[in-house]
Amino acid sequence: MPINGRIGYIITGLLAVFVCCCVMNGCSPKDDASIAKTEIAQFTIKNKGSDTMVNLAQAWAERYTDVSTTTSVEVSGGGSGTGVAALINGTVDIANCSRQIKPKELELATQNTGKAPQEFIVGYDALAVYVHQDTPIDKITITQLAEIYGENGTITKWSDLGISHSDCPSDKIIRISRQSNSGTYFYFREALLGTSRDFRIGSLDLHGSKDVVEVVGRTPCAIGYSGMGYATSHVKMLEVAADSDSPYYPPNLKNVLAKTYPIARPLYMYSLGEPIGEVKIYLDWILSAEGQKIVEKLGFVPLESKSE
Amino acid sequence: MFTETEISKRKRQTENVMRIFFLVMTSLMILPLLLIIGYLLYKALPVLSLEFLFTNPKDNMRAGGLWAPFLGTIYLVVVSLFVSAPIGIFAAVYLNEYARESWFTRITNLAVVNLAGVPSIVHALFGVGAFVLFAGLGESILAASLTLAIMTLPVIIASTTEALKAVPMSFREACWNLGATRWQTIRRIVIPNSISGILTGVILQVSRAAGETAPIMFTGAVFYKNITEGNLFAYNITEQCMALSLHLFTISTQVPDVTEGIPYGTAVVLVGSVLLVNAASIVLRVYLRTRKKW
Amino acid sequence: MNILRKKSAANLPFSETAIELFIRLCGISSIIFVFGIFFFVFREGAGFLFNGLDLGQFLTSVEWQPTSLNNKRYGAFALIVGTFSVTILAMCIAVPFGLGAAIFVSEFCSPKLRETFKIIIELLAAIPSVVWGFIGLTLMNQLIIAVFNAPIGLTMLNGSIMLALMSVPIIVSIAEDALKAVPDSYREAAEALGATRWQVVYRVLLPAAKNGLLAAVLLGAARSIGETMAVLMATGHSVNIPSGPLSWIRTLTATIAAELGEVARGDEHYQVLFIIGILLFTITFVVNLIADLVIKGIRQDS
Repeated sequence: MPINGRIGYIITGLLAVFVCCCVMNGCSPKDDASIAKTEIAQFTIKNKGSDTMVNLAQAWAERYTDVSTTTSVEVSGGGSGTGVAALINGTVDIANCSRQIKPKELELATQNTGKAPQEFIVGYDALAVYVHQDTPIDKITITQLAEIYGENGTITKWSDLGISHSDCPSDKIIRISRQSNSGTYFYFREALLGTSRDFRIGSLDLHGSKDVVEVVGRTPCAIGYSGMGYATSHVKMLEVAADSDSPYYPPNLKNVLAKTYPIARPLYMYSLGEPIGEVKIYLDWILSAEGQKIVEKLGFVPLESKSE
Repeated sequence: MFTETEISKRKRQTENVMRIFFLVMTSLMILPLLLIIGYLLYKALPVLSLEFLFTNPKDNMRAGGLWAPFLGTIYLVVVSLFVSAPIGIFAAVYLNEYARESWFTRITNLAVVNLAGVPSIVHALFGVGAFVLFAGLGESILAASLTLAIMTLPVIIASTTEALKAVPMSFREACWNLGATRWQTIRRIVIPNSISGILTGVILQVSRAAGETAPIMFTGAVFYKNITEGNLFAYNITEQCMALSLHLFTISTQVPDVTEGIPYGTAVVLVGSVLLVNAASIVLRVYLRTRKKW
Repeated sequence: MNILRKKSAANLPFSETAIELFIRLCGISSIIFVFGIFFFVFREGAGFLFNGLDLGQFLTSVEWQPTSLNNKRYGAFALIVGTFSVTILAMCIAVPFGLGAAIFVSEFCSPKLRETFKIIIELLAAIPSVVWGFIGLTLMNQLIIAVFNAPIGLTMLNGSIMLALMSVPIIVSIAEDALKAVPDSYREAAEALGATRWQVVYRVLLPAAKNGLLAAVLLGAARSIGETMAVLMATGHSVNIPSGPLSWIRTLTATIAAELGEVARGDEHYQVLFIIGILLFTITFVVNLIADLVIKGIRQDS
């Protein structure tokens, strides 16, 4: 079987070459071209945390390669809790967090690493309430939302909100939500129901912010919540008021900065200890006008610029 | 002359009706494959090009190509292949050449069947528990590949066993009679004579590993990673990587305003590479069958 | 296969002994891995399983509130019902097609056509599950909205169709093996009595191969139960007891996939997800075991 034998040897040979290349890449000196490309990035900032912020963190990291040729940023998601845990273990330089760090976590991190985490607010996230564009409703109150989403809520039909929805023959409100441990879910629940009441089960718990808006855009009966940057032409963002006596505010930059729009939260980054060196330069850049432009571009709300 | 009686006519008619019925059943299964591939291709046409494959995702993954996830998938598959191919092939050698009919062999075979039946998400949990946490590999290409390797092991075992069984017993007996040891016989006679069949299994493993999402989601695949375009060695196996399958999942559920064709393009590249690899294994098998001399 | 010759280990050179040891180790690797999987999944979930989890609530309550701030509830009943209902509906779709195709391929088809069909079925099996999920999310979603006038296309029906397409190849290949395993003498005897092909299939082959066909269905079902990405993306992912094919549901597998990413390690919620893993492992293990026994059953008969 000479041919068969040869096929075997050739394939083994090719695989062996590939492995050698992979291994050598790790330890052998690189040729000149790759030195020029890779050796320049001498410092890697490890950045981990909130899935809400992962798009944003990724955008910063991508753009930062144009700003600094000597620093590269590695971004991973996993949730705010994951980021804080990594901070406590001292395995990241910056943790992204869509909630404030808890005092106990702060203490743990200080104890473990000897450095106190420093907090930076890097932007704001406003959650918009979305409905299908043809839904005859423009405004909603937090109280109404709480009755729609909350356990034992009293609003299950569009007619309960006092509107007749001709595109939704069943009249039933289809609740679109997020998976129960996403930061968005946590924040929305807290904003609506405080800490003592849970969401009613039976909502569609979709996996991504974009998924929510797309499904709402195809479903006349649906209501959903997602970051205001995710709006498309098929959906409508409702104006929100704290209760029926308060004024309604649409989600936009102005209302979020003035803190009049009721469902908006700050986005945090935590560095381990007072930031120094490359980390400080990176955080300063994020807080600069250029970094904040990216915040706006991704549909989040930038910090009030210092010139205003 | 034989004339058709009423009964035989009815029989013939039922026969034809059933035949057509089963043909329709079979075609209805094949139709979706063609429809889906056609639909994906049609939607992906605007973005498909070589450049799509060789550029990184850009602009917050709304535009650009597939370089980083594509290379990541190659890494995952190759590393997992290096683990599962030797173990799988030798496991099949053991089952076929060494093991006797006994309760223990029966249990081993049962374990192979059950390993193949374990849900992919349970493999993911295992990967997290064993490789990421217990072995301390962290979330890395290595941890993800090991998870994939164990998951795809039965594929290699099954097709290698098939290939070894096809080698006639007389070949082995002739070799033993010349005084060769069991391992010499396996190395010189059994494996060379079944190498194409073994390769088929290895190729099938590649296609299976490339398409999996759940096992790598929590063990090593990452949302985004910026690597140098065109550099084949851009990943380090102790770090995380992007992967085609997870990339398809994230851009279709999480990333807003993605250029219309890109998710479809990603799906086409994923399905295309998997089917291509599969086709290769089929061709190899047919070739093997035509040239078998015994 | 029985090996005729046995050399005493003392006669073998060291390298030969070493390689034999390695081969034996590889041989039992599957056993090691199956136990390893159970062990490590169990290890992560055990603490809470034996100490804290209300097993009765876990198996019978629909209240899945793992992140509640004041009253965490881990009721997986809706998830179990979701898993089984989507699987049963998928089997209702897949079994007629799968068995029909298997009968056609093994009994009614020319050898050349048979090869072609088998290759196409193999390719169908190769499509990754995330792609099926993507199809469910885009194409099938719109189709279901258009055809059934449903408010949302991400339903149990959508997931079932995807699962059916994924499990049909398994059903076809195992059912075809079972039909082939029926001795040709059975067919010849029936044909000699004047039976048509269909009569042979209906009166002789199906009864003779029924165990193998049952195993095919069981293995197809096991595949559907364990499938993750397609159901995560296509079924609506809602904790809900379904009232019909157009309800949205959530499965055990999808729950792990959606929630594992953001739980803190060692947390109760994290451990519950591993307990769900144990449950899934047990279910598929039992189904596979039954299928194996059913197949072995035919072998002893014939």
